[in-house]
Amino acid sequence: MDWTPLILTFKLAFITTIILLFISIPVAYWLAYSKSRIKPVMETLVSMPLVLPPTVLGFYMLIAFSPSNAFGSFLDKWLGLRLVFSFDGLILASVIYSLPFMVHPIQSGFSNLSSSLKDAAYVMGKSKITTLFRILLPNIRPSLLTGIILAFAHTIGEFGVVLMIGGNISGKTKVASIAIYDEVESLNYDAANTYSLILFFITFAILLFVYAVNGGFIKKFWQ
Amino acid sequence: MIDVKLQKKLKAAGGDLFLDVEFKIRNGELVTLYGKSGAGKTSIFRMIAGLLNPDKGRIDVDEVVWLDTEKKINLPPQRRKIGFVFQEYALFPNMTVLENLKFALGKGRDDLFIKDLIDIVDLGDLQYRKPDTLSGGQKQRVALARALVQKPEILMLDEPLSALDYEIRNKLQVYILQVHKEFNLTTILISHDISEIIKMSDFLIELDHGKIIRQGIPAEVLTNHKISGKFQFVGEILNINRQDFIFIITVLIGKEIIKVVADEDEGKKLSIGDKVLIASKAFNPIIHKIN
Repeated sequence: MDWTPLILTFKLAFITTIILLFISIPVAYWLAYSKSRIKPVMETLVSMPLVLPPTVLGFYMLIAFSPSNAFGSFLDKWLGLRLVFSFDGLILASVIYSLPFMVHPIQSGFSNLSSSLKDAAYVMGKSKITTLFRILLPNIRPSLLTGIILAFAHTIGEFGVVLMIGGNISGKTKVASIAIYDEVESLNYDAANTYSLILFFITFAILLFVYAVNGGFIKKFWQ
Repeated sequence: MIDVKLQKKLKAAGGDLFLDVEFKIRNGELVTLYGKSGAGKTSIFRMIAGLLNPDKGRIDVDEVVWLDTEKKINLPPQRRKIGFVFQEYALFPNMTVLENLKFALGKGRDDLFIKDLIDIVDLGDLQYRKPDTLSGGQKQRVALARALVQKPEILMLDEPLSALDYEIRNKLQVYILQVHKEFNLTTILISHDISEIIKMSDFLIELDHGKIIRQGIPAEVLTNHKISGKFQFVGEILNINRQDFIFIITVLIGKEIIKVVADEDEGKKLSIGDKVLIASKAFNPIIHKIN
C-alpha cells in the first residue's frame, strides 16, 4: 500500500486552505460591502469554478503556464516557477478552483451580520481593520469554519483540474483521486477500493464535524 | 450649536423621497426628531454621524465643519465625537458587557470612568455577561453606557425605547435624562411616543416626507396652541361618554385612568385612541402625603 498519494492530497489541501484563507477574507469583505459597478463581474469570476468543467480550467492553465509559451517561459526563467506538472502548479490550480467554496460562506457571513455592528465600531472611532478583526470576524466564526472545511474537502476531491495541469507523476502530482483512477485503469481494484474508502470516511468525518459544531451539538455535549 | 443643512435623494419603502432639512440645535438641549416611519429621521441621524453621505449639505458643530459638500469636507464617523445608541442596540455579541465598554474606550486609556458608568446605569451584576443573555432593557442600558464611554459631546439615540415595555421605558427615560444633565450633553432623540417627547425634550422637530413641517416647544407643537399650565400629562383616550351637554372622557395616563370633563365642541373632536394633553391652569393642586 502506497501512502504517498494520500499524504500528497492532504498536503495540497492544507496549503491550499491556508492560502485561500488569506485571499478569501479580503475578497469576501469587498464582495459583501462594495457598491462598485464591477461587483457583478467579480462575483461571476469568483463563482466560475462552480460551473466550469475542471478540465476547461486545467486546459487553459496548462496552455498559459507551459514553458513553450511566453508567460510560462517568463515564469520559468525569471522566477524559477514551473507550474505545469509540478506541485506548485497544483496549489495554484486548487486555489483558483476552490476559491468560491471559501469566499461564499464568508461573504454571506458578512452580509448577514447586522450592519449596525460595523457602524457602532466606526462611531467609536475604530478603524476598518480593527473593526474587521475585533468585531466582524469573531462574529462570523461559523461561516469561517464552513469556508475552511469546504475548501479543504473540495481540494481533497478535485480530479479534472489536477490531472490536466499536474498529470500523474508519482510523489509529485499523483494525489489520491488520481491514484484511484490509475489503479482502476490497471485493474487493481483492491488498491482503488482502499483509497476510496479512506477518502469516503475522511470526507464524511470532516463534514460531520462542521455540522456538529455549527449546529451547537459539540457545545451541548461539553456542557 | 449644531448647524445642520442636508439634502439627499433617498430610496424609501414608499418610493423615492427627497430629504431636504435645515435646523439648529443649541448646546445642552435635548431635541427630538418626530414623524412617521419613512419620514427620514434615521437617515438624518446617519448623516450627522457620518455613516451616510448626503448629496448636498453642511454640518457645523461649534464652528467646526464636519461636512461641507461644496468644499469637499467630510469627516469620517471615526472623527466625529458622537455617542450613538442604535435602535437594535448593536452590542457586540462576542464580548461581555464590560468588554463592550472597554472596546469603546480604546487601548491604554483610563478605565475608571467605565466603573462610574456601570454604576450609573446599574450594570454591576451584569458586567461579565454576554449581550445575548440580557433582556431588552438591560441591553439598552449597556448601549447607553457604551455610547458615553468616549465622553462624547453629542449623544444620539435612535428610538432607544420603542421595543421596551412601559415600566422599563419609564426607568430608562430617567437614566437618559440623568446622563444628559450629568455629562452636559447635547442629545438628539428619535421618538414616536408623545408622552416620552413631552416628558424628555426641550425642543421638537417634526418631519414628514423628508421635510420639517413643525418645530418648537414639544407641548406647543403637538397640541397646536400655547398652554401655560403648570401641570400637564399626556394620555390616551379609552372611552368617551356623552352625558347631556358634556362629555366624560376616560383617559389613560401612564398606568392611571382618570376622567375628564369636556364641553360639546371639544368632545366632538375627540375619538377613542387619540393622544391628548391634560393640563391644569387655574386651580391649585391639592397635595396628599402617601404613606
